[in-house]
Amino acid sequence: MLAFLGRRFLIAIPTIFLISIFVFGMQKLLPGDPVLVMAGEDRNPEMIEFLREKYRLNDPIPVQYFNWIGNALQGDLGISLRTRQPVLELIAEKLPVTIQLAVMALIIALVIGIPAGVLSAYKKGTWIDWLANIVALSGLSIPNFWLGIMLILLVSVNLGWLPASGYRPLSDDPLQSILTMLMPAFVLGTGLAATLMRHTRSAMLGVLRSDYVRTARAKGLSERMVLVKHALRNALVPIVTVTTLLFGELLAGAVLTEQIFTIPGFGKLIVDAVFNRDYAVVQGIVLCTAVGFIFLNILADAAYRVLNPRMNDT
Amino acid sequence: MTALSDPLTVAPKAPSRFWRKMRASKSAILGAVIVIFFVTIAIAAPLLPVPGPTETDWAAVRKAPSAAHPFGTDEIGRDVLSRMIWGAQASLLAGVVSVLIAVALGVPLGVLSGYLRGWTDAVISRFTEALLAAPFLILAIALAAFLGPSLSNAMIAIGLSAMPLFIRLARAQTMSVMTEDYVESARAIGLGHAAMIRKYILPNIFPPILVQSTLTIATAIIAEASLSFLGLGKQPPAPSWGSMLNVAKNFLEQAPWMAMWPGIAIFLVVLGFNLLGDGLRDALDPHDL
Repeated sequence: MLAFLGRRFLIAIPTIFLISIFVFGMQKLLPGDPVLVMAGEDRNPEMIEFLREKYRLNDPIPVQYFNWIGNALQGDLGISLRTRQPVLELIAEKLPVTIQLAVMALIIALVIGIPAGVLSAYKKGTWIDWLANIVALSGLSIPNFWLGIMLILLVSVNLGWLPASGYRPLSDDPLQSILTMLMPAFVLGTGLAATLMRHTRSAMLGVLRSDYVRTARAKGLSERMVLVKHALRNALVPIVTVTTLLFGELLAGAVLTEQIFTIPGFGKLIVDAVFNRDYAVVQGIVLCTAVGFIFLNILADAAYRVLNPRMNDT
Repeated sequence: MTALSDPLTVAPKAPSRFWRKMRASKSAILGAVIVIFFVTIAIAAPLLPVPGPTETDWAAVRKAPSAAHPFGTDEIGRDVLSRMIWGAQASLLAGVVSVLIAVALGVPLGVLSGYLRGWTDAVISRFTEALLAAPFLILAIALAAFLGPSLSNAMIAIGLSAMPLFIRLARAQTMSVMTEDYVESARAIGLGHAAMIRKYILPNIFPPILVQSTLTIATAIIAEASLSFLGLGKQPPAPSWGSMLNVAKNFLEQAPWMAMWPGIAIFLVVLGFNLLGDGLRDALDPHDL
């Protein structure tokens, strides 16, 4: 396993290097000269030259890249233009909020998606399967930001059950924190539940046709035992991989969900940064999510190997 | 041409099997009907008897649905139905153009990667992995932010973000086609690279690319609506479903219909493409003859 992890980390290095080139290259897409924006309205030539020297923008582009990546490797992703805080500090500040949202959404997705997928595969071809598929396809087709708006209309505006927006840190008041996060997590979780349901159904269909399930049934085991102990346990291998890879969807969904419910998380940070032209923050977020995603990919592969020991031979 | 004119060849049977399977799938037909409906209203928008999408009527601000305005009016008295119809143009255009960008860039790279292998494959694969590492919408938001907010930039951003999916698919399909006997035979008779790709690789990888394109149009439509919702897509006062929802969320208590219709439209059109994509996948699946 250690050799496998080492090999995967080594392969990740060129990928991370390429990501850093993309992220650095993004600022070169910007129309106009960033120094002119920084210099303010009077655009004093001396000030412009001073800023160019200060930010080493007179250096050739490859040198600028190596300066930037050198700093990034030491945890310096620049300073936010708006808050004057280091970008990494800002990300670290907002990340727990999004992690809470993502974990709650993932729990909702797992609780809905896996049983629905198992049931749909077990009852293949019946109305239950048909209904589960229609619900899953609808879940994939509903834009989650619209679902959020509709839930606010129904649950907050009309019924007054849950607050429409706001955030309470978990450490302040855990119950209130979970309650305010419930609706956003449900919005984010339903789309993922649909994806999970489809993957679980297809994994279960494969396993239910296998010889060992037939043998388990022939031994006279109850259907419940066959389903849970033999079928689902084996179907879990691809499901775990898919769940880990849902991280990207979770983060992307969080951007919109946090915007609708005014949650001060990672997603809202990138949107605010985009509108404040706080490019260092945008770059920092893309770099951090991409690197995080690569590590999660490696973890998914490792989990796959732990769950499926036959893979260790390869 | 010879295959088509010769009734004894098997080639014409494949399309007929495809159509038979498509016709037999109720969900694929439903998907096709939904897609055709939205495409028709998007094309026919200038001919339909509705007010202009930016025409304001200050005497009819936030009016509930009525005979004069079947879908109601918005916060400055514009007809919601008219904006929905014109918004369909933006959504469908964004869906189709961004997927065309993704296919035009992704498929050649994927074919080259799978066909040439070696260093070309290694470089393209690392490039694809790097692009895939950033979540689709985050990459699209970042690109749209750096390129500037507009519908065309949103389409470029979505297209570039969807490109790695097509590189991967085209690469895998090419590698699978390369193991076929007819490719070996073509190579043995000395067929050149360009001819090999044109005659054998591209026609054989087309079906899965078509299926993926249809499904990606659905994703791209949601991505465009998301970017417009965030203010990074089509700019007001031009209509788009995402930007209509962005405004509507501020008037939920006073004018809930403003938020209802654009969402239903996005849902239906995305569902249409998903159903059509699923139907195409079943009809084109070579393992399920």
